[in-house]
Amino acid sequence: MSTLFEQIGGAKAMDAAVELFYRRVLSDDRISRFFDGVDMERQSAKQKAFLTMVCGGPNSYTGLDMRKGHAHLVKSGLNDTHFNAVAEHLGGTLEELGVAKPLIQQVLQAAESMRADILNR
Amino acid sequence: MSRVSYQAQWYPLEPEESVLDGLLRQGIPVPHACKAGVCQSCLMRAARGAVPEKAQAGLKETLKARNYFLACSCRPEPGAELELAGDADELRVPARLESLERLSQDVLRVRLRPEMPFEYRTGQYLTLLRADGLARSYSVASLPREGVLELHVRLLPGGAMSGWLHAEARPGDAVRVQGPAGECFYVPGRPEQPLLLAGTGTGLAPLYGIVRDALEAGHTGPLWLFHGARDPRGLYLVEELRELAARHSNLHYRPSVLEGRLGEGIHVGALDALIREVCPKPVGWRAFLCGNPDLVLSLRKKLFLAGLSLKDIHADAFLPSASRPEGAGATTRASDASR
Repeated sequence: MSTLFEQIGGAKAMDAAVELFYRRVLSDDRISRFFDGVDMERQSAKQKAFLTMVCGGPNSYTGLDMRKGHAHLVKSGLNDTHFNAVAEHLGGTLEELGVAKPLIQQVLQAAESMRADILNR
Repeated sequence: MSRVSYQAQWYPLEPEESVLDGLLRQGIPVPHACKAGVCQSCLMRAARGAVPEKAQAGLKETLKARNYFLACSCRPEPGAELELAGDADELRVPARLESLERLSQDVLRVRLRPEMPFEYRTGQYLTLLRADGLARSYSVASLPREGVLELHVRLLPGGAMSGWLHAEARPGDAVRVQGPAGECFYVPGRPEQPLLLAGTGTGLAPLYGIVRDALEAGHTGPLWLFHGARDPRGLYLVEELRELAARHSNLHYRPSVLEGRLGEGIHVGALDALIREVCPKPVGWRAFLCGNPDLVLSLRKKLFLAGLSLKDIHADAFLPSASRPEGAGATTRASDASR
């Protein structure tokens, strides 16, 4: 039985997904302001690490990292609405890449499990 | 407290103070320009002691391996001691000014002849050092086969290097060059890929070089060159570029100004709007963006959203020199500010 990460397509799929995902997020007026002034290449690398993590791939993120990494955004108003918007784009990106629905569900569950850390609750 | 030794003398550093600031504060002249870890003018070498990783960000592996670091981004741990082996003299190549030619009211074409081999890719940037150590970085507009290095220098109000070059420097004067650095250059391959080149002010220098480099390499895809300025006086090499475009049917040159009269083949309006109008779907293209940092960063984002891949966008935002009062900076560059 191959892992979720392998079923989605592994590192190669992450390469394909990251720009689609980042472009979706940046184009969304609900959340794009949180990305103003960020270094795009570094952000893209972080998003790839995030995608890899929620898809069950090798990663070194911890709940504490997610907390620290988003604390300043929570201070400037990051809340559930924004989290939901990002999750929507996560699902949309995987759909666009033709990933099967049940696999997408598993990824979204993994993302959901990080909601409290990301929103610093 | 940490401290650094330089020429057999120890100098204390304030908490969080960089090696560059600490040495300058205590009267040691160290060449520098951007103070942002980008232009590499303040390169130094450590003989002993731990160099923080951050101080080597962006350096070539060969320099890292020899313990070179950027003094402006080097903040040793509290209590640490760093012995400096001197600055980057051994990396600096002597050169002589060959010619100084006005391209417009305030842009000078400076040609230098290196007196030792100086390898570079057209579009990269180098640090120019005057005999007294004054340093500024400029993009290279020439092609390696031309033998001389061509820089475009804008005269800035109160600009130390640009003022000297415009008013006092003479052909034959001795200078030194260091570098190059930066990844804004043409790489052969995919000759049919459309290229989008956009720059403001002397951001034209690397683009002028890259366009000629690509054409000489046999690039067959369309090359769209956009040069933006506030008003027509800010444009330069207009005739030269029109002639080049007349000789190469795949080169499209579009000068653009924010303020000015319509006509004369110059677009009036915002540069990004012109680009969107002329190149509405740049998916799969390669882009080179140089000049004003706000414009470079905003164009980079717009082109990414329009479908360009980040790895195909080469951006070089020109940062003001930190040794000048705000707003009146000479240019140093951030090669790809987002790398």
